Amino acid sequence: MLDQILQFLLTGVTVGATYALVALGFAIIYNASDVVNFAQGEFVMLGAMSTIALSAGDQGLPLWLAAICAVLLVILVGMLLQRFAIAPARGASVVTTIIITIGASIFLRGVALLLWGKDIFGMPHFSGEEPIQIGEATILPQNIWVMGGAALLVLGVHYFFNHTLNGKSILACSCNRTAANLVGINVGMMMLIAYGLSALLGSLAGILVAPITFTSYDAGVMLGLKGFSAAILGGMGNPMGAVAGGLLLGLIESLAAGLISSGYKDAIGFVILLLVLFFRPSGIFGKASAERV
Amino acid sequence: MKIRHTFSALAAAALLGLGSAQVAAADSIKVGTFLAVTGGASFLGDPELKTLQMYVDEVNAKGGVDGRMVELVHYDTGGRAKDAVKFAKRLIQKDKVDVIVGGSTSGSTLAVMPLVEKSRIPFISFAGAVKIIHPVQKWTFKTPHTDAMAAAKIFGDMQRRGITKVALISGSGGFGKSGRGQSLQLATQYGIKIVADESYGAKDTDMTAQLTKIRDTDAQAILNFGFGSGPAIVTKNVRQLGIELPLYQSHGVASKKYIELAGDAAEGVRLPAAALLVADQLPDSDPQKAVLLAYKSKFEAAHGPVSTFGGHAYDGLFIALEAIDRANSLDKEKVRDEIEKTNGFIGTAGIFNMSPSDHLGLGIDAFKMLEIRNGDWTIVR
Repeated sequence: MLDQILQFLLTGVTVGATYALVALGFAIIYNASDVVNFAQGEFVMLGAMSTIALSAGDQGLPLWLAAICAVLLVILVGMLLQRFAIAPARGASVVTTIIITIGASIFLRGVALLLWGKDIFGMPHFSGEEPIQIGEATILPQNIWVMGGAALLVLGVHYFFNHTLNGKSILACSCNRTAANLVGINVGMMMLIAYGLSALLGSLAGILVAPITFTSYDAGVMLGLKGFSAAILGGMGNPMGAVAGGLLLGLIESLAAGLISSGYKDAIGFVILLLVLFFRPSGIFGKASAERV
Repeated sequence: MKIRHTFSALAAAALLGLGSAQVAAADSIKVGTFLAVTGGASFLGDPELKTLQMYVDEVNAKGGVDGRMVELVHYDTGGRAKDAVKFAKRLIQKDKVDVIVGGSTSGSTLAVMPLVEKSRIPFISFAGAVKIIHPVQKWTFKTPHTDAMAAAKIFGDMQRRGITKVALISGSGGFGKSGRGQSLQLATQYGIKIVADESYGAKDTDMTAQLTKIRDTDAQAILNFGFGSGPAIVTKNVRQLGIELPLYQSHGVASKKYIELAGDAAEGVRLPAAALLVADQLPDSDPQKAVLLAYKSKFEAAHGPVSTFGGHAYDGLFIALEAIDRANSLDKEKVRDEIEKTNGFIGTAGIFNMSPSDHLGLGIDAFKMLEIRNGDWTIVR
């Protein structure tokens, strides 16, 4: 039984790390501009799909180079999204911007469908597929890549927002856009950076998990939804809360599937989300965002 | 006088009209079809339409059926059952087709069946569900295998290997659910006990939690009913957890894509599949071999890799045309009777022997049990 639980925990943390990265992307954009970016899942899909496309065939790039190019490409997509879809609608209501991002997600999915078709694609594991034994439980080297990558990115984001001028400027924009502008912060540029950063996180998450989960043109839908739930669970607007929410959601799902019923694991995850929202409407760690108003 | 003139003119016109209609009817066989060529089920409808067009052209080039040309009337449903009903109505009332083949998905076939029965027109469906032919409806037939046959084939193979306890893990989509239902129903007939019954969502990315639970049961084999990326992830997770039990997949993953995605983990996996996948490995004595190779080479020359779905359209079209040939008439009642008498028809899905109580006519031997060895299919004998 104890071995089983160890396996459930390991599974939960791996899946949760993916959710955490997607949730972090949601939180960063929400923090900077109060927009919930529903195209976040599509960043994940684009990262994985373009890496696979760039490294495919005999003339393809080596995997690491393809991954770097793909990340740059997705950052560009994120910035274009901000510049040409979100920025022109400045001052529009939250609902309007949400609809814009939903539209963008459908558009990106459509482009992926036209480019790569409906097939499911796999990616080679970064360092082999030989399972690593931990007690009676096993994990893949790729799971360590996912967890390690997620941890590094989370620390990086934390550092960026707390110890760099640009990071603090983005936080300033989120507190008061006009005041930020008055003290000489280039608000437009900060928004571009926030979207670029969010796209970077999404695409890296996609590349890290693709060897385990495979990917297809519509892989972003479910990941986007799970990442959004995780961000809400942890408290929208609190990046570290979003990370905790992601890990928590992954663990809940895995333990529910293992100990209760695999048929109801998604339902259990969402019931817990509803309960949290009922008792703490701003999420588990959402105090900061409530105070900000 | 003038009035009588007009009358006779009208009568003549009517006669002429009638005459030409009769000539047209004697000249061509109108085959109506509605398929999901676009939309989510286009992987079914697209090869089906290509197959129909290809073979209608071939039949016409060879002089048609008894000198009658075949005319294909096609509508694209986009996979929507509502549109399927609309187009079936149009085929029957406006285009006045002689026989209908098609209905790529079980949903659109089931939606059209009441109309087909009421309009009394022979209909051969290309969809999977058992419900289409069970209970038997007078005017409806179908060509693809059913989930129940796949489950039966798998349990038969398990029985031969002496497996009596099986862990079931299925996808939560329509295909997985239906397969799970059939498996639970059939298991006892083969003396098999289902000791675990797990499921996963269509887009789930990790099934180790479910499989860890299965590992701690006394199951002797694992059966996975699913579609898309799920079965490939299950296969990889099984190997990751070091589970040594034999793994069975369903015909839902019978494509090279599955082997490509699951990689080395797929070695030793068994699954039931139509013979089309392994046409070139069949012994020369197999009556299906020639038909399969001919279809495969013709389709691949024109459209790229062959799929079993296009094969269902091949079977449906020729069962209909041969019935019309035997009936020597386009009388719907006679054609229907002849379709029901289809006997020993060698199709891509198997050898069809229909009867008033069986409107599919395939035996469980239509499925081949395959094992994946060295990244390719091998027939288990």
